[in-house]
Amino acid sequence: MKRRDFMKGALMGAAGAVLPLVGGVAAASKTRSIRVGVLHSLTGTMAISEIPVKNAELMAIEELNAKGGVLGHHIEPVVVDGESNWPIFAEKARQLIAGDHVATIFGCWTSASRKAVKPVVEQYDNLLWYPVQYEGNECSKNIIYSGACPNQQIEPAVTWLLKNKGKRFFLLGSDYVFPRTANAIIKGQLHAEGGTLAGVEYVPLGHMEFETVINRMREARPDVVFSTLNGDSNVAFYKQFAAAGLTPAKLPIMAVSIAEVEVQGIGPSYCEGHYAAWNYFETTKGHLNEAFVATYKKRFGHTQVVDDPIEHGYVNVHLWAKAVERARSFHPMAVRKAAFSIRMDAPQGEVQISSENQNMSQVARIGEIQANGMFKEVWNSGKSLAPKPYSRYISNFVCDWNKGGLLKRA
Amino acid sequence: MDGAIFVSQLFNGLSSASILLLMALGLAIIFGLMGVINMAHGEIMTAGAYTAYIVEGAVTHWAPALSTYAFLAALPLSFLVAAVLGLIVELTVIRHLYGRPLETLLATWGVSLIMQQGFRSIFGSNNVSVTTPTWLRSAWHVTTNLDLPYVRIFILVFAAVVVGGVFAYLYRTRSGLEIRAVMQNRDMAACLGVATRKIDALTFALGCGLAGLAGCALALIGPIGPTTGQAYIVDSFMVVVTGGVGKVIGAVVGAFAIGELQSTFEFFTSATAGKVLIFVLIIIFLNIRPAGIFPSRSRSLD
Amino acid sequence: MTMPSINKASALLILGFVGLVCGPLVLSGFEMSLLGQFLALAILAIGLDVIWGYTGILSLGQSVFFGLGGYVMAMYLEASSLQPGQVPDFMSWSGVTQLPLVWQLARHFPLTIALVIGVPWIVAFGLGFLIFRSRIKGVYFSILTQALAVVAATLAVNRQNFTGGSSGLTGFTQIAGASLYAHATQVALYEVSLLALGVAYLLAWRLCHSPFGRVLVAVRDGETRLRFFGYDPAAFKTFVFAFAAVLAGISGALFVPQNGIIAPAQLGVAPAIEMVIWVAIGGRGTIVGAVVGTLFVNYAKFYLSNHYPNAWLYFVGGLFVLVVLVMPEGLAGISRRVLKHFRSPEARSHDQGTEPA
Repeated sequence: MKRRDFMKGALMGAAGAVLPLVGGVAAASKTRSIRVGVLHSLTGTMAISEIPVKNAELMAIEELNAKGGVLGHHIEPVVVDGESNWPIFAEKARQLIAGDHVATIFGCWTSASRKAVKPVVEQYDNLLWYPVQYEGNECSKNIIYSGACPNQQIEPAVTWLLKNKGKRFFLLGSDYVFPRTANAIIKGQLHAEGGTLAGVEYVPLGHMEFETVINRMREARPDVVFSTLNGDSNVAFYKQFAAAGLTPAKLPIMAVSIAEVEVQGIGPSYCEGHYAAWNYFETTKGHLNEAFVATYKKRFGHTQVVDDPIEHGYVNVHLWAKAVERARSFHPMAVRKAAFSIRMDAPQGEVQISSENQNMSQVARIGEIQANGMFKEVWNSGKSLAPKPYSRYISNFVCDWNKGGLLKRA
Repeated sequence: MDGAIFVSQLFNGLSSASILLLMALGLAIIFGLMGVINMAHGEIMTAGAYTAYIVEGAVTHWAPALSTYAFLAALPLSFLVAAVLGLIVELTVIRHLYGRPLETLLATWGVSLIMQQGFRSIFGSNNVSVTTPTWLRSAWHVTTNLDLPYVRIFILVFAAVVVGGVFAYLYRTRSGLEIRAVMQNRDMAACLGVATRKIDALTFALGCGLAGLAGCALALIGPIGPTTGQAYIVDSFMVVVTGGVGKVIGAVVGAFAIGELQSTFEFFTSATAGKVLIFVLIIIFLNIRPAGIFPSRSRSLD
Repeated sequence: MTMPSINKASALLILGFVGLVCGPLVLSGFEMSLLGQFLALAILAIGLDVIWGYTGILSLGQSVFFGLGGYVMAMYLEASSLQPGQVPDFMSWSGVTQLPLVWQLARHFPLTIALVIGVPWIVAFGLGFLIFRSRIKGVYFSILTQALAVVAATLAVNRQNFTGGSSGLTGFTQIAGASLYAHATQVALYEVSLLALGVAYLLAWRLCHSPFGRVLVAVRDGETRLRFFGYDPAAFKTFVFAFAAVLAGISGALFVPQNGIIAPAQLGVAPAIEMVIWVAIGGRGTIVGAVVGTLFVNYAKFYLSNHYPNAWLYFVGGLFVLVVLVMPEGLAGISRRVLKHFRSPEARSHDQGTEPA
């Protein structure tokens, strides 16, 4: 009974027991079912990335229901389409909370969609579980961020590159907030750790012609390329990079936005030998992960792959369920509080949500892309890294809800 | 900027121009000759790319020894698939809308939404990939600093062949003559015994087939996914309008002007600034020459 | 039209308007905010109908003017909650320490309103002057405005220090000193949107049913002939283009506080085409059609995407195709055909033509 293992540590009747049931929860308990929102882009340019995450979240909900639901309630997912369009995300979040009375929302991928949903969950004091690595610089009581903070992904990757691949960095990113923030952090870190900057290049989202960028790259003579490209552009970039005669041996690329799903879409032969930094790979060792991967493939097809955001979406649902059981309530703020006291074994290893900044502590990993599209882990941080959403290289703030939220760094 | 980079940039301009041209050629025929604004052109192109993906999968499965030549088999098939799709769209939708260009825009927009979701239902949401044949994978090492990728050279030559083929077809064959006759003066052509309805369908299918070829070629260097077409459609229209609606030669010149300028701007500024500059330039250019580089004497689009 | 039919139609309209005014009494907060957003969008549709349905120029760049109004309002909402000397957080991350000029202006509510109207007006007037004087028309104009939409969206993404980049501007808490979360504020925004829609409707109706409106229809149906009569079509076009742009700007400014975000994607080509589709489905050339079409399409989309999240594009795409094929005059065309049965034969011959250019 692997699932039983997975759920180990589900101690009911702990401190949160006295919190009352309120709001939509009381109404829903009559039918013994509770709604949760699943808000991802099912159409538009982001559907590529978000549909698998939605699938993983639904799979986790099915698992919960199969073992009798949560607190005796059947979980009823309300799936809505954010259309890769930020105002629609805001609108749908409002509808989920005010119209469908969901107990919580699992969703979003881009920082932009999260920022659109943030004021809505704050207005209604609900809770959003966000599954993707991001740039940090956010401190909201109403969002649990399980994806990596810069210090759990970008910063270790830079340090690793400096140690193993060379000092001259070329930074390539899509033109939006995550790459710009990430590059600001990297610049600060290079300065601190003795690296140099060969060049910085931003391309519009959806950009398909990389010949000129590659030319500028050649001219700059870097040792490594650090890529924060997002979406379809990656396919064009890796294909054209390879066609230009550049190999990982000559110029390795470290990416923080391409995982197994994207590698499959690019074609593994184009990315073989390049690197990516994440907290989870499909190949991560552990029996929990074997079970997770097997269930996912059985459910969605054997050609499907899982990756970091998919796993985080899945983990989010189980974390929520455990927090609900710990709190003995579906009330978002009670669940939030209970979530901090949970250590859970996830496919990636043990994880915990920080009570300071509501991000997740997790192991940083660097993988080399193999010919079959899987990652071979070449480095990991060994221990769980505590999340720091405000990078010390670009910000003098810290997020600490034990002390009241966003503060100047001491 | 040394010599090698300069040559290499010139080549980049040419190669992005050849991509633009492949996409815009079909559109130039459909939009330029027929007055139909086909917003589903990008999705028809994507259908061509998916065809390449299917053919590659099939060949690898049934005859793995030949998989490196799968791409050659995909080219004619992607033309065929796209042309048949185009024929279906023409017969069901476009047929009823001739002479109303702006309404074709709205209807084909609806078609493009349906096709996007169709791709998603059939092929899944993730991008699929076509593997470049091994004989196109490396680069021609001209000097130490100058590598010209074979795949780009292939696309360049391919675009030239396609343009040559289209011109030969339009100006050297009987049905090409009929197409031009119908587009210049429909009533007169009908009086002379040309089956105008059939020619309309043929022309539309031809334009879509060219989009299929473009998709097949693009699969070598870009993504194949449900929304891929959206990334190319606006650029293609710009090429056609800049070149001059109604003239196929306009698309050729328009594509080369835009391709070269864009990669030059991009080299000296950034990709974003390059994109903005080129569009602003197009707006200014059209203010000076409202009918493009090669104005058409046809009044069909007034 | 004969007098009785005007009265009957106006009575119906007034009834509908009063019904909408009472909306907040029966709708939940969420439903009301949704309807409020759609009413704001309908203002844009009226402008689009005046330039497309009456004047025959199809703009695929109305999203740009919507975005201009929306961004100005968003700057006000963001800036008004800042302490003096403080800048929005996205600016501070990119090292900007002082508020840019437009942001400074947008701190004051009256100035914001002036900018919401003034910026789209100036931009549209300048562009219109250039474009129409060059006698660019028809599909050329449409594709040119499409290029405009691409430029605007790309710039809004790229000028991150100024616009917040691709995430856009969001996270507003207050407007004119009142909390945006308060029910009373939301009711007020709804009613203001409705009022603005009413005013826009009356203005557009007066414009189109005056001698000026006759010239507009003449621009649509026979521009060259009109020029021979000594009129300058470019001047008329420029004026209505700017008029439509101002309505689009107001629409954006009313949409943003109710939806809570403005982002570059809203300035792009896809939303611009969708806007045209609202008008096409409602029935171009009838102002009420533009309003009904906007409400109908947006509700249909909202309903379908909620109930069929994996298949709604089929329905919406199919709807667009069907409307163009089967009912080229839109919902208004159908209702007009129904109404005709109740009218005298003379009235029929006086109908405003709705054939597109």
